[in-house]
Amino acid sequence: MRIEVDNLWKRYRRKVALRGLSLCFEPGRVTGVLGENGSGKSTLFRIVAGVTGASEGTVRIDGNDVGVRTRGETAYLPETDSFYSWMSVGEQLEFLSAFYTGWDAVKARELLDFMRLTPGDRIDELSQGQRARLKIVAAFAWPSRLVVMDEPFNGIDPPSRRRILEALVREYRVDTQTILISTHMVYEVEGLVEDVVYLRDGQVAIEGRADDLRAEKGGSLSDIFEEIVL
Amino acid sequence: MPVEFDPTRPIYLQIMDSVKKKTVRGLHAPGAQLPSVRDMAARMGVNPNTMARAYQELEREGFVETRRGEGSFVTMDPAKIDDERQQLAESARRQFTEQIRDLGLTTAQTHELFEQIDKETRKQ
Repeated sequence: MRIEVDNLWKRYRRKVALRGLSLCFEPGRVTGVLGENGSGKSTLFRIVAGVTGASEGTVRIDGNDVGVRTRGETAYLPETDSFYSWMSVGEQLEFLSAFYTGWDAVKARELLDFMRLTPGDRIDELSQGQRARLKIVAAFAWPSRLVVMDEPFNGIDPPSRRRILEALVREYRVDTQTILISTHMVYEVEGLVEDVVYLRDGQVAIEGRADDLRAEKGGSLSDIFEEIVL
Repeated sequence: MPVEFDPTRPIYLQIMDSVKKKTVRGLHAPGAQLPSVRDMAARMGVNPNTMARAYQELEREGFVETRRGEGSFVTMDPAKIDDERQQLAESARRQFTEQIRDLGLTTAQTHELFEQIDKETRKQ
C-alpha cells in the first residue's frame, strides 16, 4: 500500500511530536523508520495505524483516509503489546482471530512452532522476548496488506531478535505487503530494509533507498544514524 | 544482522560475490543446488527482494541456472567457474597493487611480503 504523509503535525499538551512531516512509503517494500526516542516514530505509526488522530495534515493509504477500511488491512504492532495477562497463548490467538479477516489458524500454529511458543503458555508467564515473538505470530497469521511494527527488537534478548528477523524474512509477502518498521537498533535491520527514513525532532532528516544512502555516505545505516543523532 | 556486510557496497553485489567465491573454492560443486531465495534470505537476514535480485543477476551472468519448479543451480560449466576465479584473482591483485603503491613499498619489500604469504598459506 502506498502511504502518503503530508504536512503532518501532532501536538500534545506539553510537546510537539510531529512538525509538518511529509513523506511517502512505497508499496511492497520494507521501510525502516529510524530515529532516537522522541523523534516522532511512534506517533507517526499510531496515526498511520489509526489509533490516534493528527493535529493537522493528512495520511492517505492507497488514496484513502485512515479509517475502518484501512485499519482492517493493517497489522499494527505497538511497542507495548495489549495481550491479556490472564489468557493462555492459544486463547489470546483465538480471541484475536475474530478481529482479522482471513485469519489462518494453521498458519498461526506454524508460526507459534517457529517462535517456540505453545498454546498452553500463559501470557503473564512469558518473557519479554516471548511476548515480542507472539506479536509477530499475531501479525502474520492473516494476510494484512500493511504491517506497522514499532520497535520490535526493543528490550529483548538477542536470540529472540534473530528469530523475529528470520520470521520477517520468511513471512513477508513480497507482492502484497508493505512493511514499516521503526527501530533505534539499526544494526539489526541493516539487511532487511530497502528504504530508510531518518526522523529527527518530528521531521525527516534523511530519506532514500538504503543502498543509495550507503553508497552516498560511505557508511552503514548505523553509521548514518550515529551521524544524525550526534 | 547475522551476516556482516561492507556498508559501502550494495548488498546484492556482496551476496553475488559470496556465492561465486564459495563456488570457486569448491564449497559449491558445479551443478550444485543453491538454497531457495527465501531460505538464503532468512539465513543471511536480508530482504528476500535483495536476495532475488542477487540470484537474478547471477543468472543473467550465466553463473546460476534456475529451472522452473526445481530451484537454482550453480553452473555446470567449468570454464565459467575458471573464468570467475580469474576475475576474482584479478580484482584481488588490483586491490593489493593499489595498497602496495599507497605504502610506497619497494620491489624487494614486496617480494618479501610474497614469501611471507607463501609461508602462511603452506602452514594452513
